[in-house]
Amino acid sequence: MAPLLKVKGLMKSFGGVTATDNVDLDVIKGEIHAIIGPNGAGKTTLISQLSGALKPDAGTVLLNGSDITNKPAYKRAKLGITRSFQITSLVMGMSVLDNVALAVQANDGHSYRFLKPARKIAHIRDKAMENLIKVGLRKRANDATSALSHGEHRQMEIAIALASEAELMLLDEPMAGLGPEESALLVAFLKELKGQRTILLIEHDMDAVFALADRISVLVYGQIIATGLPDEIRSNDAVRHAYLGEE
Amino acid sequence: MRKMTKAGWATMIGMIALAILPPYFLLTGQAFYVDLATRLVILGIAAVSLNLILGYGGMVSFGHAAFIGLGAYAVGITSYHATWGGFDLIASYNGLLQLILALSISAIYALVTGAISLRTKGVYFLMITMAFGQMAFFLFQSLDVYNGDDGLTIDVRSELPFINLDSPMQLYILSYVSLAVAMLLVKTIVNSRFGMVLQGAKDNNERMVTLGYNTYFYRLAAYVISGVMCGYAGFLLGNFTTFISPDMMHWTRSGELMFMVILGGTSTALGPTLGSSIFILLEEILSSITLYWHLPFGVILIVVVMFVRGGLMGLFKGKGE
Repeated sequence: MAPLLKVKGLMKSFGGVTATDNVDLDVIKGEIHAIIGPNGAGKTTLISQLSGALKPDAGTVLLNGSDITNKPAYKRAKLGITRSFQITSLVMGMSVLDNVALAVQANDGHSYRFLKPARKIAHIRDKAMENLIKVGLRKRANDATSALSHGEHRQMEIAIALASEAELMLLDEPMAGLGPEESALLVAFLKELKGQRTILLIEHDMDAVFALADRISVLVYGQIIATGLPDEIRSNDAVRHAYLGEE
Repeated sequence: MRKMTKAGWATMIGMIALAILPPYFLLTGQAFYVDLATRLVILGIAAVSLNLILGYGGMVSFGHAAFIGLGAYAVGITSYHATWGGFDLIASYNGLLQLILALSISAIYALVTGAISLRTKGVYFLMITMAFGQMAFFLFQSLDVYNGDDGLTIDVRSELPFINLDSPMQLYILSYVSLAVAMLLVKTIVNSRFGMVLQGAKDNNERMVTLGYNTYFYRLAAYVISGVMCGYAGFLLGNFTTFISPDMMHWTRSGELMFMVILGGTSTALGPTLGSSIFILLEEILSSITLYWHLPFGVILIVVVMFVRGGLMGLFKGKGE
């Protein structure tokens, strides 16, 4: 079966530092594929090249077999890639519901519509609300985004990724900064999502990774040193040495 | 019905005052104040247009006065040729024709300069819009046919159906209604889907791009809408002053417009109008007291900006808003 996302020979360096070094990666439709690796391994840089925020120096990125290497971020979003951000990235000046509604609106035809009040378009607001309910933020819908806690912001990121209805969700450390309880809730939530969406997950929380991932790739110094099932990764010597062994 | 906010009340009271006071002044024979009110309302339209991109779109344009000049010269040049001959293609006193010309030239100018300026951000955007504004300024300064620096007197005002612009009251009513429509238009746009994207991109461009919005074109569209509205203000201003000169486009004029918006309060419905009103009134009052009015004027403006968060409209904000 052809993978949903296929990355071949991806290279990216900043000055003298090679952040992405000849990365090959397949993400199969429906799987949760985790990328783990020590700090500074180039995980976020990799995600940014997949989402289109950064341009790779070399290599190709294929989505459903078509080359998207040179497509800008907004086009990739239209083709079905969405990302969440490691450092919360929301429209702080708007309400929680507005933020999610913007994600719904993005898939509801063009937005060069000037007259009808956006906040009164029922099907957009309803769908946004549905996604807020899914992540447990129903009560916060009409609050200012800036008034929410860090944990709630992380939940919003997920709600937005869901609302964008993208086939492929790139989640950049969704558990970052969450307490154990919040993390457990999010893990349970992502587990439920399994099979409905394809997820490329970057995460430091190993419990979460091994609970969720169908396959794991290990990124060290910009290179993928191993890809495999969780058990294979756990018992892989190179991985133990480079990463897990440190704990 | 939603409860009206303090800012909503202030907007209503302000607009009612602008509707009632000038006719009152005219009836009591104080024509000067009608003139003042007309100027204030026309510049209010320009400030409202600037607020769309500056307040809601985060595009700090320092060249908006160019649109006023273009709109005014659309009246001046057509009228000039109708009086003195030449350039038969556009020589006319026909107000509708002049209006179409003013708006379409503004749109084209906005499209071209916007497409280039919006490739940059922040202070670079500010500088490049200012540079384009100065280009327009120097262009008209160099046009000797239209007296260059000395400017052009409009001998015949635009001829419009049903409205006689030679009547100060009718010109005022047209300007006032235009201002109200402009405010309503901006409010409608801001609350539409387009407006949501525009405001989202101001706050967090990366997020909007990630969601699939090509924010560049949304910004450009807003820039063109704003430019056309400001060109319309120029059309009115030309008819009001009946004298136009490149000075209308000078960067200091753009700065004044910017100041009106910030003084009144960006991203608010009434802010720009309030800003232009206070600006013009202060200018008038202070300059009648002292020749050196710029100094107290500057001090007052600085105090407002420093101590009233969100401009004068900030004063009407309720708790927790």
